[in-house]
Amino acid sequence: MSKDMGDAAPAGSDRARALQLVHGMLRIRRFEEKCAELYGALKIRGFLHLYVGEEAIAVGLMRVLTPEDAVVATYREHGHALARGIPMTAIMAEMYGKASGCSHGRGGSMHLFDATARFYGGNAIVAGGLPLATGLALADMLQQRARVTACVFGEGAVAEGEFHESMNLAALWKLPVLFLCENNLYAMGTALERSEAQTELHQKAAGYGMPGSVVDGMDVLAVEDAARRAVTAIRSGSGPQLLEVRTYRFRAHSMFDPERYRDKAEVEAWKKKGGPLTRFIARAKHERWLDEPDIEGLERTVAEEIQAAIDFAEASEWEPVAELTRDVYTPWEPA
Amino acid sequence: MGARCRADARCVYALGTGVNDSAIQTTYREALRSALREAMRADPRVFLMGEDVGRYGGSYAVSLGLLEEFGPERIRDTPLSESAFTGAGIGAALGGMRPIVEIMTVNFSLLALDQILNNAATIRHMSGGQFSVPLVIRMATGAGRQLAAQHSHSLENWYAHIPGLRVVAPATLADARGMLPTALACPDPVVMFEHATLYNLEGALPADSGAVDIERAAIRRSGKDVTLVTYGGSLPKTLAAADALAADGIDCEVIDLRSLRPIDDATIIASVARTRRIVVVDEGWRSGSLAGEIVTRVVEQAFYDLDAAPARVCSEEVPIPYAKHLEEAALPQPAKIVAAVHAVMNRG
Amino acid sequence: MDEATLVEWRVKPGDRVERGDIVAAIETSKGVIDIESFDSGIVDALLIEPGVKIPVGTALARIRSDAPGTPAHSTPPAAPAPAPPAPATPPSPAGAAGREGRVRASPAARRHAAELGVDLARLHGTGPHGVITIEDVARAAPPARSTAPPPDMRATIAAAMTRAKREIPHYYLATGVDLHKATLWLAEYNRERPVTGRVLMGLLFVRAVAKALTGFADFNGFYKDGAFVPGPGIHVGVAVALRGGGLVAPALHDADGNTLDAQRPAFQDLVTRARSGHLRASEMADATITVTSLGERGVDTVFPVIHPPQVAIVGFGRVAQKPVVTADGGIAAHPVVQVSLAADHRVSDGHRGGLFLAAIERWLQTPEQL
Repeated sequence: MSKDMGDAAPAGSDRARALQLVHGMLRIRRFEEKCAELYGALKIRGFLHLYVGEEAIAVGLMRVLTPEDAVVATYREHGHALARGIPMTAIMAEMYGKASGCSHGRGGSMHLFDATARFYGGNAIVAGGLPLATGLALADMLQQRARVTACVFGEGAVAEGEFHESMNLAALWKLPVLFLCENNLYAMGTALERSEAQTELHQKAAGYGMPGSVVDGMDVLAVEDAARRAVTAIRSGSGPQLLEVRTYRFRAHSMFDPERYRDKAEVEAWKKKGGPLTRFIARAKHERWLDEPDIEGLERTVAEEIQAAIDFAEASEWEPVAELTRDVYTPWEPA
Repeated sequence: MGARCRADARCVYALGTGVNDSAIQTTYREALRSALREAMRADPRVFLMGEDVGRYGGSYAVSLGLLEEFGPERIRDTPLSESAFTGAGIGAALGGMRPIVEIMTVNFSLLALDQILNNAATIRHMSGGQFSVPLVIRMATGAGRQLAAQHSHSLENWYAHIPGLRVVAPATLADARGMLPTALACPDPVVMFEHATLYNLEGALPADSGAVDIERAAIRRSGKDVTLVTYGGSLPKTLAAADALAADGIDCEVIDLRSLRPIDDATIIASVARTRRIVVVDEGWRSGSLAGEIVTRVVEQAFYDLDAAPARVCSEEVPIPYAKHLEEAALPQPAKIVAAVHAVMNRG
Repeated sequence: MDEATLVEWRVKPGDRVERGDIVAAIETSKGVIDIESFDSGIVDALLIEPGVKIPVGTALARIRSDAPGTPAHSTPPAAPAPAPPAPATPPSPAGAAGREGRVRASPAARRHAAELGVDLARLHGTGPHGVITIEDVARAAPPARSTAPPPDMRATIAAAMTRAKREIPHYYLATGVDLHKATLWLAEYNRERPVTGRVLMGLLFVRAVAKALTGFADFNGFYKDGAFVPGPGIHVGVAVALRGGGLVAPALHDADGNTLDAQRPAFQDLVTRARSGHLRASEMADATITVTSLGERGVDTVFPVIHPPQVAIVGFGRVAQKPVVTADGGIAAHPVVQVSLAADHRVSDGHRGGLFLAAIERWLQTPEQL
């Protein structure tokens, strides 16, 4: 696990914290921009869902989790995997489909897994991860471990039955799970108001007797604070919570998405308002936590890390086809 | 289904003592229950969850009395949320527990199919071998009790289709007693199908009956003229047909698959090499059935041993009807099996 | 044999045949025998209908040589062998022929028919929809299934053996041969080979006899008209007991030649065809000596009877573990076989016979040279 996690607030100083936040978001942003480029170069194939505009959520959330906590994410999970501390080399190799990838080339972009980081995917069935997170939390409760399972999903999942079943079950059993809804307003191409009768998603928590709250996902400090409040309460044994984080997906749903469902002007307006990175850098400069050379230094660090990840992925071996059927079943000799 | 299950439950009171003495006369239901009880006692990570497994005692009364012994934490009643509690079983398995999820019947398992297929079966491979899912999913299956179209499915083949799962179908008391501990010891998800007509099956079980393998077929009756392959609730019907055929001078070998995934090809092929004829009895619908899979394997591996075209006795291609005579006509029956055997023997 | 019944034609007019091709099958007292053509050319006409009983020497077909300027030949008829005529068994109509004329037979029946050389088109199916079953094939292969040999085969054997005991002054010799080396060598030889490619000890016996005969011509040939006539080659008759009773001893031609590898398929083929009644006339007639092996029947020593007009027969008993004094004076359990010789005293004496047996033993001690 990298130094990005575990050293959650309170940070030593505003400057140190600001450096960490910018570094965390910049890593995700630049990594994904490079992935889009590598996709065009045919190095990365399959589905590729980018997180550009939403980085504050992964960075803010992961800062409040401990290494013993668990993360269940979606298919738009590069940011969560990076912020959780899975090495960028292993993630990039997985994007390439190489044997050295964090899922040994079996998962790809949508199925990043890491046992060390307790990172349980990379789940590509919308809402499919919620019952999983509920069960991980159940195991913790049954074993009396003060762990939290953070389950991240998009607002599209709220329309699925598994969302409601899991919210109910977790609340009924008071399980230590954080349901974090990344509301980027579009379920693929379906706008929120076209799919939900109640668009104030955090209010759905009330239906399960569960605390629900909402926070601006473009403000990394606000996300971190909201996540910390929720996780602290959950860890104390008060049961699950729903946290709605409002954000916006700056890029298309996937590399195959012509974006016919939203106006270019809408996207431009969001960009003009600024994503989480732009907004936080502006604030950090304004507060004099950081200056331009700091940002340039972070850019260089990130660029070097990405280049090293690409070099690693390029140099890595393909899994031999003879190994194709490995890991379907666990090696086991009945007693 | 409530009335029927209540009747079953009364049956248990009448038949079963629940006392762990040296008596070896027992039922399929009690054998399952004693396997559950022993597993719960042996390993604190084991717990049972599902609809009405606790206070109700289990829809088929399998878990009756276990709530009192193990408490609501470990005999865990769930809401009617098949997807969530099955998925929670997967998550709990990932989190270090050894959950047993009871889905009341295969009919409701379709609501959990996403979790079983997309999570339980895939996570090990998708994670490059980092995570295994040591989960047991039990469910009742099959028709034969006039429960009509939505409560009479036999969809074992759907699950047997899926790499990453193991699928078993205990058809005897010894397997009802012995498959669960092995399934719990298995590091991968095991789906266990209990045919609803078997719960009241009575018989003797050795007092020391214990864990059994979950990957080999068993020859339940040896014979030289024709191989009958079956599993689960069709085993008693097939054995009855074999008895009737013996009176005609036709000597049937009856193979109980026991494991539907993996399928024990070797036992089947060796038998067909001896008898040169095969009839598969399968309560699933014929199209896309396990019976079709078995026949295909025989044709692939023992074509030149065959002395007659393989035959299948499956359910008719119709939603299972309510009326008794129609339901009976829709399902494999001993008489149909006898007729199929006569046809491949060119007799009768 | 002076009469035989034509069972079926394997060629039709206009077909091109090569010397050695099987052109017909005839039923004799020895069973069904394939008739080969001794000429190459085009089948001009078939002169005999299937089912017709014909005297030996009858021309069966006319073959037109396709070499320019040569006249048409007729194929010679069935094999010579002293035997009463066989009853004619006309082929049954193709009861199992499908609508398109294709034979309907189960996969197992097809495989078994191929093993036995049974022609499925002649069979009547008793399976579902009239399909030929493996049982039908087994019934159609008398040597494999009948409980007794055909009466005429019994009569043939009776005649030959009576003649042997009446006319031939036999003498008998036997010796034990240590097969320790041969067994080890054979295991090594077979180790990497597939089951179907393995050499059996029985072939080593035949090869050892054949190799030994190269220096003992007086055991290889015929006693005819009061004199010994050496054989034209070393053609070892291999006695094959038929499952239904009776026996045949077709010749493994030039058994001393070639390599073991090369001879193995010929040997297997000969035994298979002997059991299925598909021997060639020439194989039935021209063995110059016979080897008989009764070890599988649990016999220690064979006291064989010469097959006239041959002048010798070599018997092999059971290969059994026996105490043997080894080169270093110790005692070890080794596989040992009793090799016995019955020879015609009119042609050779016990002294020669003893040397011949010793030569067979020497060959069995040098299996790598076989």
